[in-house]
Amino acid sequence: MYDAKTLKYQKSHEWLAADGTVGISDHAQKEITDVVFVEPPKVGRKVKQGEACCVVESVKAAFDIYAPVSGEIVAANAEAAKNPALVNQEPFGKGWLFKIAASAPAESSALMSAADYEKFLSSEAGNGSH
Amino acid sequence: MSTGTVLRRTALHESHRRLGGRLVDFHGWELPVQYESILREHEAVRQRCGLFDVSHMGQVFVSGPDALAFLQKINANDIAKIGPGKAIYSHLPNPEGGVIDDVIVSCLRKDRYLVVVNAATADKDFAWFKTQAGKLDVALANKSDEYGMIAVQGPKAAALIELLAPAATQLPRFGALELELYGTPSIITRTGYTGEDGVEFIVPNHIVVRVWEDLLAQGRSFGVSPCGLGARDVLRLEAGYLLYGQDVDDEHSTYEANYGWVVKLDKGDFIGKPALARQKAEGVKRRLTGIKLLERGVPRAGAPVLVDGREAGKLCSATFSPSLQAGIGVGYLDQPALAAGTKVAVAIHGRDVPAEIVKVPFFSSPNLKKGA
Repeated sequence: MYDAKTLKYQKSHEWLAADGTVGISDHAQKEITDVVFVEPPKVGRKVKQGEACCVVESVKAAFDIYAPVSGEIVAANAEAAKNPALVNQEPFGKGWLFKIAASAPAESSALMSAADYEKFLSSEAGNGSH
Repeated sequence: MSTGTVLRRTALHESHRRLGGRLVDFHGWELPVQYESILREHEAVRQRCGLFDVSHMGQVFVSGPDALAFLQKINANDIAKIGPGKAIYSHLPNPEGGVIDDVIVSCLRKDRYLVVVNAATADKDFAWFKTQAGKLDVALANKSDEYGMIAVQGPKAAALIELLAPAATQLPRFGALELELYGTPSIITRTGYTGEDGVEFIVPNHIVVRVWEDLLAQGRSFGVSPCGLGARDVLRLEAGYLLYGQDVDDEHSTYEANYGWVVKLDKGDFIGKPALARQKAEGVKRRLTGIKLLERGVPRAGAPVLVDGREAGKLCSATFSPSLQAGIGVGYLDQPALAAGTKVAVAIHGRDVPAEIVKVPFFSSPNLKKGA
């Protein structure tokens, strides 16, 4: 289980851990609710920062998951693909989605800290835009 | 998505807010798509009991000496088959055999009927009724704005209703009852849109909140849950019910929708009969067909269905089915006679996911088989 406070976030609600693990935030899993399908990216695939590379689906809709940094996919969470409810139950733990070996680590400076992400969420809620 | 129009609210709007309902625009009505979770609400209805605010549905009362003659004229089903205390599911055909709406007609008295119509079609239907009444001695009253409607659905629904309206537990499936609730004339029908046992309360707006709050409070020991439109849509698709405007409409006929049992060609004349009789004789060129995915994935409305690698149609309703733990959907396929078990594919996110033709309903509740 990752400590949410130590992770980096992007506006599309993915988190990135220092070891390259990627998942979706607690806010995102609550918004999506009832995850019934996870399609992680293929290991070995090269992705660019911001590229849609994974799909998470609820009963109602499909959500693209965007790579928080550029790099190569080095692991995909087969457990989450088998048991998608893990994404709701443990978004910062067993519900992780994939791991990425960053090719341009400097890119992560564009991501938000946990505190900035919290601020971003409250401003988003204020705008009522979700 | 904002259209700039003010959304209509049901009498239960505040209750939905308090319960944490996620409110969305549904055909111009602000209604909860879910409270906590579609999966949990679905489970509540299949295992215990769920409450739905369906106040957006419309109510048209038809009365007078020619009430039955009028209803026979505009309905595909045989309304003469129901007497006082009974309800029937029917389609309103247009002259071409397309469907103006799908409705439930309840006979309250020999000369007084209630037609429950869809929200988005209520005004269109009422205008059609007035046009077709012609010289018939019939009074039409659109009371959609004065009534709210609450569906109580699930294997525990009967036990819950017994606490509030004991008389209603005697109702057979598709029974209809006029009674007083809180001193107010109301109607209860043993109907629903979930494939489970249950009733629908059709009550004047000023008592809707009391009925809802009492059902919630009394139902606590049964594990009752308020349920949103998201769960309702999954439940009805599993049960093989049509969603008007999505699965059937003015351009698609009752036969094409695979609801031929609704059409009673032997009942006498009615609007659309010649067109429907021709379709029955000639056979349909497309048919609403059920498919089930054989691999993981969630089909969505609009997804192409491939038969022998060729697109045979698109899904008009589709979802993940919690009861089957598989993706399911219905779509009009231009091969109307495909047998159950035929292997097909559904194009999802650029991938052809293996699927097969299945019989609709996808799910038949063991709870219903026992009683009804």
